[in-house]
Amino acid sequence: MTSPYPVATIIGVLIVALSIATGLIWLERRLLALWQDRYGPNRVGPFGLLQVVADMIKIFTKEDWIPPFADKPVFVLAPAIIVVTVLMTFAVLPIAPGIIVTNLNIGLLFFLAMSSLGVYSVALAGWSSDNKYSLLGGLRAAAQMISYEVFMGLSLMGVVVLAGSFDLAKIVEAQRKMWFVIPQFLGFVLFLIAGIAETRRLPFDLPEAESELIAGYHSEYSGMKFGMFFVGEYLGVTLISALIAVLFFGGWLGPWLPPIVWFFIKMFLFICFFVLLRASLPRPRFDQLMSWGWKMMLPLALANTLITGAAVLAFR
Amino acid sequence: MDTLFYVAAVVAILATVMVITCLNAVHALLYLIVSLLSVAIVFFTLGAPFLAALEVIIYAGAIMVLFVFVVMMLNLGPRTTETERIWLNPKMWIGPCILAAILIAEVAYLLAYAGAVRQGTASVGPKEVGMALFGPYVIGVELASMLLLGALVGAYHLGKQKRERLETGDVIDSDATRTAAGGNPVRPGTGRPARAA
Repeated sequence: MTSPYPVATIIGVLIVALSIATGLIWLERRLLALWQDRYGPNRVGPFGLLQVVADMIKIFTKEDWIPPFADKPVFVLAPAIIVVTVLMTFAVLPIAPGIIVTNLNIGLLFFLAMSSLGVYSVALAGWSSDNKYSLLGGLRAAAQMISYEVFMGLSLMGVVVLAGSFDLAKIVEAQRKMWFVIPQFLGFVLFLIAGIAETRRLPFDLPEAESELIAGYHSEYSGMKFGMFFVGEYLGVTLISALIAVLFFGGWLGPWLPPIVWFFIKMFLFICFFVLLRASLPRPRFDQLMSWGWKMMLPLALANTLITGAAVLAFR
Repeated sequence: MDTLFYVAAVVAILATVMVITCLNAVHALLYLIVSLLSVAIVFFTLGAPFLAALEVIIYAGAIMVLFVFVVMMLNLGPRTTETERIWLNPKMWIGPCILAAILIAEVAYLLAYAGAVRQGTASVGPKEVGMALFGPYVIGVELASMLLLGALVGAYHLGKQKRERLETGDVIDSDATRTAAGGNPVRPGTGRPARAA
C-alpha cells in the first residue's frame, strides 16, 4: 500500500508538514486573540497571513549567537534533534490510502521510539547552555517527558489490542465500523494528556515557564536555532493532532468528502483544541504535574489495558 | 541489507570506542546513544524490527535519558575531565586489551572452524516475539517481573523516607507560622525577616 511515487510523497509530506507548522504560528496567535477578545496580527497581508513570512525573514536574519561558555557541539546538535525526530515520525503517518511514506508494520512503535528520542533535544539544550535556568528547564523537561511517555505507550495498547496490529494504516482500516474513541475513550483522554505533555504545550510547559525560568531550556538560543525549537514544537502539535485523528477518530475515513480532506479536518480540529487549552488553562506546580502523572494517569492506563484485554478475550 | 548491516556495525564499534575514550561524561553518553541506535539498525537488518523498536524505546529513549539526567544533575565540570584524563593512561589499557584479544581469538576460531551461523531472512514480528515470551520463556518473564517489582518497592521505600523528613523539617513559610513560632516576623512588603534588617 506504499505510494507509487515514493520521492514525491516524501517531498510532499515534508513540505506540507513544515508549512502547516509555520502556518500554525499565525493560526495560534489569531485564535488566542479571538478567545481573548482582541485582534491579533492583522496588518501584514490579508487577515495578517503574511505575518508568518515577516516572522520568518526576521528569524532567519537574526544574529545566531553561541555563548562562549556553552558546550558548542552539543549546543548546535540539540535543536536539530527535535526537528529530525518529529519529521521522521511523519514518515509512518497514513494520510490517505496510498499516501504514506513507508508502511512499517511497527509504525506505532516507531512513533513511540522517535518521541522518546525527542527528550534529548530539550535535556541537552538545557545542559549545554551552561546556564542555571536552562539546566532547570532541561531537568524538568527530561523528568516530565520520561514520566508521561510511560503511560503514553500504555494508553495506546488498547487500540493495538482492538486493531490487532502496530501498523497505523491497519489501525485506520480497523475503524470502519466504529471509531476507536468510543470503546477506548479512556485511552483517548490519556493519550491526549500525554501528547500535550510530550509537546510541552501549556498547561505542561513547565520546562520553559517564562515566569520563573526566563525561557527554560532555550534561554541561551537565538536566531534560527531558537527557530528550530519553535518549529519543532509546532511540528509536534501537528503530529500529535494527526495521530489522535488516526488512532481514535478513524483517520481518513468519513462520508462524502475525499479521504485526505477528512484527515485534515480532523487534524485541524485537534490543533485548535491545543490552542484553546493554551488560552484557557493555568500552569500546575511541577510536583503536582509529576504526582498527577504517576499516581493518576499510570494506574488508569494500566487499568485500561487490563480491561480492554479482558473484554477482547471474553467477547471474541 | 548487507551493506546497511556492515555500515551500522562499524558505526556501533566506532561509537563504543568513543564511549570508552571520551573524557567528557555527557559526550561519552551521547556516543553510547549512537551506539545503541546503530545496534537497533543491526537488529532491523537481521529481520527483527520489533526488537529494534524496543531497543530504541527502552535503551536509547528511556534508560539513557535517566543516565543523562543524573549526569546533568551532577554538573561535572572541567575538573572531572582532568581526572578522567589521568585515569586514561596507557597502562590502564593492558588488562582490558588482553581480555578483549582472547575474545577476538575465540570469535575468529568460531568463524573459521564452526562456520558462521547465517540468520534466516524471515522477519520476526511483534506477534512471534509475544508468542515466544509467553510460551516457552514465560518463567523468564515472570522472574524478570518479580525482580522489577522488588526494585520498584525498594525505590518507593527510599523515596518515602526522604519525603517524611522533608515534611517535618520544612514548615510552610509564611508570616503567620513565623509569628506563631515566635521567630522572625516578616516586615510587610520586603519579604525579609525584620530582625535581620
